[in-house]
Amino acid sequence: MKLSLAQVEHVAELAQLALTEEETERFREQLSSILAYAERLQALDTADIPATATVLPLENVLRDDTVHPSLPVADVLANAPAGENNCFRVPVVLEGEA
Amino acid sequence: MKELAHLTLQDARDLLCRREVSSVELTQAMLDRILTLDNDVKAYLTLTPELALEQAADADRIRAGLGAGDPPSLLGIPLALKDILCLEGVPTTCGSRILEDYLPPFSATAVEKLREAGAVILGKTNTDEFAMGSSTENSAFFPTHNPWDLSRVPGGSSGGSAAAVAARMAFGALGSDTGGSVRQPAALCGVVGLKPTYGRVSRWGLVAFASSLDQIGCLARTVADATILIGAIAGYDPRDSTSVNTPVPNYLASLRSGVQGLRIGVPREYYLEGIQLEVESAVRAAIATLAELGAEIIDVSLPHTEYALPVYYLIAPAEAAANLARYDGVRYGLSQQGGDLWDGYRQTREQGFGPEVKRRIMLGTYALSAGYYDAYYLKASQVRTLIRRDFDRALANCDVLVAPTTPTTAFKLGEKTGDPLQMYLEDVFTLALSLAGLCGLSLPCGFDQMGLPIGLQIMGGAFDEATVLRVAHAYEQATNWHKRMPAIA
Repeated sequence: MKLSLAQVEHVAELAQLALTEEETERFREQLSSILAYAERLQALDTADIPATATVLPLENVLRDDTVHPSLPVADVLANAPAGENNCFRVPVVLEGEA
Repeated sequence: MKELAHLTLQDARDLLCRREVSSVELTQAMLDRILTLDNDVKAYLTLTPELALEQAADADRIRAGLGAGDPPSLLGIPLALKDILCLEGVPTTCGSRILEDYLPPFSATAVEKLREAGAVILGKTNTDEFAMGSSTENSAFFPTHNPWDLSRVPGGSSGGSAAAVAARMAFGALGSDTGGSVRQPAALCGVVGLKPTYGRVSRWGLVAFASSLDQIGCLARTVADATILIGAIAGYDPRDSTSVNTPVPNYLASLRSGVQGLRIGVPREYYLEGIQLEVESAVRAAIATLAELGAEIIDVSLPHTEYALPVYYLIAPAEAAANLARYDGVRYGLSQQGGDLWDGYRQTREQGFGPEVKRRIMLGTYALSAGYYDAYYLKASQVRTLIRRDFDRALANCDVLVAPTTPTTAFKLGEKTGDPLQMYLEDVFTLALSLAGLCGLSLPCGFDQMGLPIGLQIMGGAFDEATVLRVAHAYEQATNWHKRMPAIA
């Protein structure tokens, strides 16, 4: 089954990637062939098989609620393109609200 | 006197302990070599010569002040780090344009542990972008070349670390292994590569690719050298909730116990059509050597082996798609302005990520998306359980399993870049063990007609690195493969 162009464009939107037309077409081909290869999994009956999300035995890891020193704010902001008042500065998200 | 850089880590350590050489001398010798050799190999992305010489001088001072008793295990030994491990204040790019200018405000736990053990850091080595690849050609900066044949790939994604160790441009190195990224380049570069059990080494400060699979590993010239490295970095870390609080054994103590009486399983599914004949015959000869050394060889089956590749290439991209959502140009990394917030995200990611990373984000996002989750991600996670059960069954009856690490020796640069699926098939023998979260190691077991190294993979149970290392050491000591060096070294 080959992915449609609309499917690839939808996935790119979900993934927040502004793909070029050429990339969209190439990924359509490549993803289709990788997914076709993955079809062989459907041959296995897994109705009664639990999924593995982690190989470790699942248990809560708790610690005492004690205060530890954090990184200095200046160090944390040093890699950011813009900061203000000890915060990361981002473009306007909500317009027209006062 | 033998060239200093040609020493094993263990021999360099002995010379340091006997005060026959200083760490500054060792470090300077390494830096001098790198300046000439690495023009051709291109193993390093960033060199830290001033930092290294400063750390070396510190190590020499510490040693001068030591009384009797054992010094820290890596005191004064120059090592390299894959550029996906954070080192405070030093560029950590993950081989990506999106992190080209990123300076981490902290160091990874494994790196801190190396420093506590006295190691000297020479620099950061090349990697496929975000560790996604099998040839180091997916680095956004340049490909690394295989020291045995500069027209060939070193493997990947820890190709820079493997090439640096093979060319004697570091006494050892750290890498990371998500689906084979330590073992496969170790095989292609003729060095030892250990992937510890998931949970054995803290992932704090290892930039995340696929969080249920990623594990920091060691690249070294000999099994004993790898043993010293894992001993330094293993252990529980409260900052990584997936690091396991189980004691770290003295790995060196059991290294020389031999293989007499051990049961070694040979999984029949690892001898496929398409495997290079010289690889198969070298591995069969290695199995015969282990039998001569007193191991009992047992035929075993891992029946779901053929499904490891599709399972891995759904699960790892799905986890990567989620992990790489953090690169939005707001807190760190490349930041492109767009028409609005969303457009800025998309432009940043479009320009910052290379083709393989985008491909995996797309694949993973698709596998997780509404309507496809059950058929792809959930199905893969269920088959992952079947793969784990295969190993549980086989290892109930054996101490370790042995197989080839890769189906072929090193391929040419550019040979597989046009077809992602062909590149993924390079990992066919290393993926299953990663999905099961167990430990494994690759070490040299021969050379093909073109003089390219062949890797033997030894796979062990959870937290049983000691047995894997013990089998590997027994084989290594019975053979001479590890003594060969690339001509350029």
